[in-house]
Amino acid sequence: MEKRYDVVVVGGGPAGYSAALYCVRAGLSVLVLEMLSAGGQMATTSQVDNYPGFDSGVDGFELAEKMQAGAERFGAVSEFAEVTGMELGGQPKVIHTTDGTVEARAVVLAMGASPRKMGLPGEAELVGRGVAYCAACDGMYYKGKVVAVAGGGNSAAADALTLSKLCKKVYLIHRRDSLRADPVYLEPLKQAGNLEFVWNTQIDALLHGEKLTGLALTDRVTGEHSTMSCDGLFVAIGRDPNTALVQDQVELDDQGYLIADETTRTSVPGVFAAGDVRTKPLRQIVTAAADGAVASKFVTEYLREH
Amino acid sequence: MIETITQENFKEKVLEADGPVLVELWAPWCVYCRRLSPALDRLAVKLEGKIAVGKINVDEQPELERELDASTIPALYLYQQGAHGEKLVAPSSQAQVEEWIADQVADAGI
Repeated sequence: MEKRYDVVVVGGGPAGYSAALYCVRAGLSVLVLEMLSAGGQMATTSQVDNYPGFDSGVDGFELAEKMQAGAERFGAVSEFAEVTGMELGGQPKVIHTTDGTVEARAVVLAMGASPRKMGLPGEAELVGRGVAYCAACDGMYYKGKVVAVAGGGNSAAADALTLSKLCKKVYLIHRRDSLRADPVYLEPLKQAGNLEFVWNTQIDALLHGEKLTGLALTDRVTGEHSTMSCDGLFVAIGRDPNTALVQDQVELDDQGYLIADETTRTSVPGVFAAGDVRTKPLRQIVTAAADGAVASKFVTEYLREH
Repeated sequence: MIETITQENFKEKVLEADGPVLVELWAPWCVYCRRLSPALDRLAVKLEGKIAVGKINVDEQPELERELDASTIPALYLYQQGAHGEKLVAPSSQAQVEEWIADQVADAGI
């Protein structure tokens, strides 16, 4: 791995590769560190319909590859290594990876977010044996079976809809009495004959032998306890920002997002936050890409003085 | 190079292979499998001559899907002398795959 860059971008999703594209076109040397492959969360969305410019939608994985190639075309470098630690306070900034150490004059943090876990005993052990986080990935294995979806937002609604087309029965379990999901999801959910809403309900425990067999539930209104038999639980209760690596160095909000305004500047000079990892009102591919572009402006400004 | 593993060549390419074989269970509809795919391509190059890499499309190989636990994919198995250790499901990074390999094959060179 080359040892020194003007800018190191941590995370190869739309924010990261947009930052890389704009920085490299501004004449800076840029390294993108990605731990798996380009695209982040976007790469697991096979049909993206809300990124402008694609009249029939676009496959998120292909869009990611294009974003990567687009940045590399102007000289950005990608390395596929996992960041194990960062020293962001000084100059240069030092980034330790599974493939060696690299120095940067400025750092763009674009690590994105990951599906939130339920935090229930046995959850980790049951992944792949009843507990799943992606209906589009694992739904096929529950064909003809009974599954539950936990959550009330767009991901939960989309997962429930996907599963209703595959499974015998789908329960959508939500802690409240209505969904936060966009109205576009509601009508098809109501139309699905095999989908049942389970309102005001909290999941207390995962019932299992070798595999998941059911859920222990509590009705949050009546306080009544019950159990539900199911073969699968799809967890779609939101996302957590991937900020564990920098939590002691950069200011975070109480949900763990990197505090940065529209300039993408964090609490640490020379460290910028782009995409889902940043405090912002709307987390979308288009706003992530926009962050990357804006970050390049303030990276350039910072590097003129440092 | 990544070998396509089927019911027909499983014995020859995996169970009776001279050296270790890394096998991925995947399917075309599996979005995490796609995310892992570029990392496996890079690993196949990195491991060339030391560990063979093969892929099983579980949609096309129902017998192998039944024999191996494919309840969640992508799933990785590392075979040595006809047997495999603990499988690795949906790794979140290439480094995680490399560490899992290095734990099982001392001279993998990674």
